[in-house]
Amino acid sequence: MKYSYFPGCSLKGLGRAYEESLLPVMKHLGVELEELEDWNCCGATAYMAVDEAKACVLAARNLALAEKRGDMPIMAPCAACYLVLNKTKHYFHDYPAMKETMDRALGAVGLRYSGDTPVRHPLDVLINDVGLEAIKQKVRKPLKGLKVATYYGCQLVRPYATFDDQYNPTTMDRLLEALGATIVRYPLKTKCCGGSLTGTVPEAGIRMVYILLNEAKKRGADCLATVCPLCQFNLDAYHAQVTSQYGSVLVPTVYFTQLMGLAFGLAEGGLGLNRAAIPFKWRPAAAESPKPVAA
Amino acid sequence: MASSAKMLMMEIQRTIKYDADRVKGFGQEVMKVPGCEQLEGCIQCGTCSGVCPLSIYMDYTPRQVMALTRADFKNEVLKSHTIWLCASCYACTVECPREIRITDIMYELKQRAIQEGFYPKRFPIPVLAREFSEMVKKNGRITEMLLVMKLFLKTNPLAALGNWRMGIDLMKTGRFSLATEKIKQRGDIARMLDATDAKKGA
Amino acid sequence: MNTNVNNGEIRIGFYICHCGHNIAAMVDCPEVAKYVEKLPGVVLSRDYKYMCSDPGQELIQKDIQEFKLNRVVVASCSPLLHEHTFRGAVEAGGLNPFFFHMVNIREHDSWVHTDRQEATEKAKALACAAIARVAFHRALEVKKVPIHPDVLVVGGGIAGIHAALTLANAGKKVFLVEREPSIGGHMAKFDKTFPTLDCAACILTPKMSEVGSHENITLWSYSEVTKVDGYVGNFTVTVKRNPRYINEDLCTGCQECISNCVYKEPKFLDEFNEGLGKRKPVYIPFPQATPQVVLIDPEVCLNFKRGVLTDKCKKTCVEACGEKKAIDFKQKEEMKEIKVGTIIVATGFQAFDAKRIPQYGYGTFPNVYTALEVERLVNASGPTGGDVILRDGKHPKAIGIIHCVGSRDKKTNRWCSRVCCMYSLKLAHLLKEHTEAEIFNFYIDMRTPGKSYEEFYDKLLEESVQFIRGRVGEVTDWAMTPEEEGKLVIRVEDTLAGFVRRIPVDMVVLSTGLEPQADAQAVRRLFNMSCGSEGFFLERHPKLAPVNTFTDGIYLAGACQGPRDIPDTVAQAGAAAAEALVLIDTGYIEQEPNTAYVLEEECSGCKSCIPLCPYTAITFDEAKEKAVINEALCKGCGTCVASCPSGSIAQRLFEDDEIFSEIRGVLAH
Repeated sequence: MKYSYFPGCSLKGLGRAYEESLLPVMKHLGVELEELEDWNCCGATAYMAVDEAKACVLAARNLALAEKRGDMPIMAPCAACYLVLNKTKHYFHDYPAMKETMDRALGAVGLRYSGDTPVRHPLDVLINDVGLEAIKQKVRKPLKGLKVATYYGCQLVRPYATFDDQYNPTTMDRLLEALGATIVRYPLKTKCCGGSLTGTVPEAGIRMVYILLNEAKKRGADCLATVCPLCQFNLDAYHAQVTSQYGSVLVPTVYFTQLMGLAFGLAEGGLGLNRAAIPFKWRPAAAESPKPVAA
Repeated sequence: MASSAKMLMMEIQRTIKYDADRVKGFGQEVMKVPGCEQLEGCIQCGTCSGVCPLSIYMDYTPRQVMALTRADFKNEVLKSHTIWLCASCYACTVECPREIRITDIMYELKQRAIQEGFYPKRFPIPVLAREFSEMVKKNGRITEMLLVMKLFLKTNPLAALGNWRMGIDLMKTGRFSLATEKIKQRGDIARMLDATDAKKGA
Repeated sequence: MNTNVNNGEIRIGFYICHCGHNIAAMVDCPEVAKYVEKLPGVVLSRDYKYMCSDPGQELIQKDIQEFKLNRVVVASCSPLLHEHTFRGAVEAGGLNPFFFHMVNIREHDSWVHTDRQEATEKAKALACAAIARVAFHRALEVKKVPIHPDVLVVGGGIAGIHAALTLANAGKKVFLVEREPSIGGHMAKFDKTFPTLDCAACILTPKMSEVGSHENITLWSYSEVTKVDGYVGNFTVTVKRNPRYINEDLCTGCQECISNCVYKEPKFLDEFNEGLGKRKPVYIPFPQATPQVVLIDPEVCLNFKRGVLTDKCKKTCVEACGEKKAIDFKQKEEMKEIKVGTIIVATGFQAFDAKRIPQYGYGTFPNVYTALEVERLVNASGPTGGDVILRDGKHPKAIGIIHCVGSRDKKTNRWCSRVCCMYSLKLAHLLKEHTEAEIFNFYIDMRTPGKSYEEFYDKLLEESVQFIRGRVGEVTDWAMTPEEEGKLVIRVEDTLAGFVRRIPVDMVVLSTGLEPQADAQAVRRLFNMSCGSEGFFLERHPKLAPVNTFTDGIYLAGACQGPRDIPDTVAQAGAAAAEALVLIDTGYIEQEPNTAYVLEEECSGCKSCIPLCPYTAITFDEAKEKAVINEALCKGCGTCVASCPSGSIAQRLFEDDEIFSEIRGVLAH
């Protein structure tokens, strides 16, 4: 299993813990990731606000580069990148005028996009390509006793719910349950975290973060598990503002890949756990004896 | 008489919309954008506002913005807070019973507002969008910390100081990086973006 | 080939109609008439203002006699409108009506042109073609197909019941086939009906009882139609009677077997009560069931194992039944074959499955109900005896009724289900009566189209029900304030007041819409009907023929044709019965003689045509090894004619020479 790995700007910046935990976990499972050579920013939500055609063109460059590398799907862990790449693919197929613009812009730099490269998310790859059985086999330190509120956010399931249910996604739930964790019922699992509004319009953004953290705490979660670097940043880094406005609701927010790393017994230092502002102190119990290797 | 005018504590405002307040054709123009034709079929049911997490902060709810857009009230729409408060969570788009791509219409309205300068000078959201796009055009990637700093400098420098605790946290956890992220083929980005402009209105 | 010709000479009369302005505005009629005058075979060529009028028709009759015409062509509107009229006029003039041909220069010409010259040229070409064709017309006779007087009504809801009673009272023998163990349909489940607030059971059961005891109605409940053969007036229908394991003729409905069943307490989900109550393996669907006969469910009865008889139970039921000996565990399904002349399909609707909208929480939160479930809750003979007590044992203090669930939505059902606003108002009223709760109705538009319906809405407004215009996006158990803890919260934009609201309620009622039954496609194929794009059975014409289908002899009644309320359903059922009576009392039906026929000497017996016929009108005569076409079934679609590899099938009114001459006529101009 080989994929073109598209980190996106965030995984090299504020979301570096996501990459730090994703890469060893994938390696451990035998999934080969090749970072897409000279990838550019996908445009995320900000570029769409400036010019839709240009935003699609930016994303299309990455799709074209991936195609050049051969028959490998693109894997985009960041939910915003995942959405933009998917959207661009849809626009390419559904709107001829947009396709023409993309063809023209890519042609100007000698690239071509045929519209075929699949765009995948790590959750999708883990559940559907690797499979829960194979993942269960690698668990050395089950996450027994850890109560997790899975938080998918918006962009992974809306508007294109390609590999999970739009209203009640369960891929991450099933994955973490396979690792031994207990999933608490969390009705806000797809409610928006506010995106960039925490920085630009804090009166609205901070409150949205507070609502998510508060409900997780009420439901007895030990942590929130996320798939998006911006969600993780919002839920984690703004704790001072949240506390000063609403009181303390400190629930640590981790990437699901970090929990996977812990369950697999991988080197803790390499999982980026020390990058969080609200520290995640829970650790699974001592390692179990290694399971017999599958025939 | 002067004394009774002084006693009047409420500030009243006369609001009536004349036909001249409409910018005829605005609605049709917006609906020409791919995916936005469905706006014709809006039944004003209010589901979009009902599910929108930000609608409680908006001056016009998403449903009202749809009505105003369709009715050609360009100035009211582009001056609203709504289009900037939209977080693109797509909740409205997936719930709309007429399958109107409301989020994409919001994007379209944001783009027009930026193009035509319909926002106060230091309003952070369009400034962020502009800085973002310029950084991408120049370097091919964005460096988040640099972007955030630029944003604060250009809109509200004092607010940056208010976030000092977060700054410390990020530095302590190694997420505070100011090293510019660049791609190798930077010229490609500019060339592609210019080629996109080349034949607009196709 | 040609018959009824004087001295072999073709004498054609041509008439072009102005149709007021409809044709004359675009087509220069006098010019066309002058052009046609010169064509071969044309004896006279007139243009006239309104050909379909009495003077117009009399003109044709007069001309036929005076000028000894043996062919008539009228160029005017669509044949669908007036071909029948003109054929009648021609016949009245003494000529075989099939020596008439009609040209459409309105829908096909005048109405689709903006250039007068182009339109006139096209009219000339069409007229030329018609003149060339009509020369080859042969005399034809309409066929009379006899109609069997018995009627089959499929579906025992209020539509089927009313249709059956109307026909039975007119003296006709009716077979009423119903899939459920009792007739009554959805109406039997309702508590009260809008706008009169009549008790549904009180107005329905007398009719049900009448059906059960009517000498002209054979009621086969717990039965299904499995095969329909034949054609209008002569249908052969196979009905499968499912085994109740009770002999219907011997059971008196005393229900001693139920009281004495080895199951002391009812354990199994009760279908009639929408799963809110329980029943035993031997049960009667509801107290007023017709027929008043119990039945046994082999899936759960201890005397069976997964539907197969094991005979291992104590059978206290048999003991309790005693002398009557009505229980028969050995009963098998029975196939019955009947002959009927007309069929009325009244199979009803199915309620939209609320699970398809997970945002409303049906199935996730115990206190979210569908409208049908609430009908059973408030009903005095329902599972709670009319006490509105929720699944978690609470009595609701606040109730939210959500309109348009599944309807008016491109993602589920595009249409408006017509009755939900009214029944939502009714449920609000009933819930107000049965509880002390505060009631909210969330709607998009308030649709009250019937007689006294708007006044019913007024009544509800006076009862202090709160109406909020806003389509609900989400029902959630996430509480933001202390008052919301433990409640279901409805978040909605109150579009009229102009702000977003969060309303905590104890109970949510989903006003689910109406949609076609799950097996609508299978049923329509059985009866050779069409469905519309939404899946409801298709009527012949939405305004002028709402109960007829495109298959002669098969009629529609009730919600299977589209969502409707009880008054309209009963009206439609009466209409369907009337249409059936037209055929039955006339005794025969006239068939358009545009049927295909096999040229026996040329048929090679290759059988290619047989599977192609959409009306299954072609069979194979094994003895002669030739294809045989049943003219009564043939609809003249022409498929077999076109497909026959040896060209041995021809079609009346569309013979090869007729078609080719028409083409030549167009090209000649």
